[in-house]
Amino acid sequence: MDVLDLARLQFGVTTVYHFFFVPLTLGLSIMIAGMQTMYVWKGNEHYKHMAKFWGKLFLINFAMGVVTGIVQEFQFGMNWSEYSRFVGDIFGAPLAIEALAAFFIESVFLGVWIFGWDKLGKRVHLASIWLVAFAANLSAYWILVANSFMQNPVGYQMAESGRAEMTDFFALITNPNVLLQWPHVVLGGLTTGAFFVLGISAYHLLRGRHPQMEMFRTSARIALIVGTVAVFATMGFGHAQGQRMADTQPMKLAAAEGLWESADPASLSLFQIGNEAERRPEAEVTIPSLLSFLTYNTPDGLVQGINQLQAQYEQQYGPGNYVPPAIWLTYWSFRAMVGAGAAMFVIGLLGIVFATRRTLEKRRWLLILAVPALFLPYIANTTGWLLTEMGRQPWIVQGMMRIEDAVSPNVTADMLLISLIGFTVIYGLLMIVDVYLLWKYARAESGSSEATASDLPELGRVY
Amino acid sequence: MDLQTLWFILITVLFSGFFLLEGFDYGVGILLPFVGRKDTERRIVINSIGPVWDGNEVWLLTAGGAMFAAFPNWYATLFSGFYLALFLILVALILRGAAFEFRSKINSPAWRRMWDYGIFIGSALPALLWGVAVANIARGVAIDGSMTFVGSFGDLLNPFALAGGVATFLLFTLHGALFLELKTDGVLRKRAEGVAKTLAIPTAVVVVAAVLIAAPQLFERLNVVMVVALLGAVAGLGGAAWFIRSGRFGRAFLGTSIALVSAVVLLFSFLFPRVMPSSLGEQFDLTIYNASSSEYTLGVMTVIALTLVPLVLAYQAWTYYVFRKRLTTSSKLEY
Repeated sequence: MDVLDLARLQFGVTTVYHFFFVPLTLGLSIMIAGMQTMYVWKGNEHYKHMAKFWGKLFLINFAMGVVTGIVQEFQFGMNWSEYSRFVGDIFGAPLAIEALAAFFIESVFLGVWIFGWDKLGKRVHLASIWLVAFAANLSAYWILVANSFMQNPVGYQMAESGRAEMTDFFALITNPNVLLQWPHVVLGGLTTGAFFVLGISAYHLLRGRHPQMEMFRTSARIALIVGTVAVFATMGFGHAQGQRMADTQPMKLAAAEGLWESADPASLSLFQIGNEAERRPEAEVTIPSLLSFLTYNTPDGLVQGINQLQAQYEQQYGPGNYVPPAIWLTYWSFRAMVGAGAAMFVIGLLGIVFATRRTLEKRRWLLILAVPALFLPYIANTTGWLLTEMGRQPWIVQGMMRIEDAVSPNVTADMLLISLIGFTVIYGLLMIVDVYLLWKYARAESGSSEATASDLPELGRVY
Repeated sequence: MDLQTLWFILITVLFSGFFLLEGFDYGVGILLPFVGRKDTERRIVINSIGPVWDGNEVWLLTAGGAMFAAFPNWYATLFSGFYLALFLILVALILRGAAFEFRSKINSPAWRRMWDYGIFIGSALPALLWGVAVANIARGVAIDGSMTFVGSFGDLLNPFALAGGVATFLLFTLHGALFLELKTDGVLRKRAEGVAKTLAIPTAVVVVAAVLIAAPQLFERLNVVMVVALLGAVAGLGGAAWFIRSGRFGRAFLGTSIALVSAVVLLFSFLFPRVMPSSLGEQFDLTIYNASSSEYTLGVMTVIALTLVPLVLAYQAWTYYVFRKRLTTSSKLEY
């Protein structure tokens, strides 16, 4: 593999890995803050145990999100120095603001929350977890402002020096792309948090051995409501993003749908075996008119295909290949994301129905289903990013800079190989440890209610 | 003052904050296996920085982000040029963060010992490598006309740079020992005092020597700020050594703090208006002007930074106030 391939692989590996941890941080922090609010408001110790139980799992996950986040920031300069020079004027700003406006709050007040259980007043301590939750989600906004510039460049001009320069900060932070992407990601995070809580609660409800079953009953009910609403809203924002894509990134839409030839009305592909070399479908199952309908809310309307877009881009940008590599990956990522979302919605809806009839615990099959459903948001989150980033190729900034022009000229394949292997090994080992610890603490029945109560003021000491 | 200069100063402030705060953090991590002998002792050592290390590390992230936003060419040249050194720092920081979080989650001595060494390596490696990086920047590295670093990793490991590495390593360790002295009690406090007493004089000598050999043109470029910083560094180090002898450790900690901040200010004022001098010729130097973002970006970022930095300082100072008490081996720390 050459330098470009290695740098791309490294970015893919580190980003996907980072995003295993981030969504849970986003969503679970809000849920814990909510539980602790109930505790402070009602004075009911039950909610305190809940906040602490889920808080422990939150912390095991949080650490991994933080340490892998540093790699993300450094990587732009290390592997993509030409990209950094070209868009640093625009792209650096949201990253700096993220650190200054959000990340400081998040990490400082997380320390306060962990170590402050018996040092601070209840309300001040509650404020600290809300600040963590707020800052984590704000942090996501700034990162997505940066990413949105790559998807849909706005608020810039090309300078004489040949680089892009910011001309309108307000346009940058209100990029129509980020206004849909941020809620999509934040709600996806909430979905992740909810299905995480639901899965582990369902596990304990099935086993029925934990000394604090009531905690899991309440947790499951909260998770069902939060998760179902969140996943529904996530799909809504996702749908809106798809419609926007028809205007701003039609090639990504065409790749996601496996639409090789423009069509009006366009049919939705359910299953396709594509021939990427010849740029045509080998075999497929479609539903007539549905793609037009999903795109324009009417049964007809032209949806552009890969081959026509390729021809158009050659006119516009000069000769070259403008078709994303590995269409199959984009195509199936999209289906996996939507499929996982739909499955979560169905599970959530059934759960709510049974919970309101107070028969949830009798429907063991649903609880059994809810345990592995814990992985569904992870599938959706990962494939969602694959779709977003793979579909943008060969552009690193849509229509402005191609990926091969972005890579560091002085970084050698050997250096990349060393770091790629290094990151992969250490990430792999830490993943094993992390999942093991999550599993251990999620199952932990460590004794009576009293143990759980005194366990977590100790959280600070167990750090 | 133009915006480029203002941002150069802001980045100096961020790196000063990083060296001052993460400096004792690294020092405590380096001392962990030596000062803490029993599990409870190690727990106290870790807890002395437990509530703050994560916030301290954000100073680095912010400095990196600010560099990217204000001087993208500096960021691109430095990060791609020092690739393997930064990779090692990243691995160390990953290990360190994971170790803090994971070490006490399983009640097994072998498990904890393993992560304790993770904390040690994760602290020692960056403590060394930041000095190597700083010394290389001060001496100048091979940067060509396209602002690209064209040297190799081996070039970065020259004797001058390694002297810089040893200097930051010792300085951080001393700083950490003094922090531990202030945060702990009993046997830990005694051991921290012992480390401080042993390290004070050697650290002062090595740091002065490293500054002189890493930046041979130091006295050619002398200006008012540099003179003040130089005096600050010498007074800070000398003061620290003096107060350690007389057993006034709070003042000694103030001394190492002043020394660390002065050292960063000295470096940056020595560089100014360059950000990365080139060893291939002055015409290839990266300066705050040829490396900077546009006036518009700098203007926007200035408004944001001047609003947020005081706020960050305020709440971070508050957390140090909340967790100001010494940690003792009283029953509260049992687990």
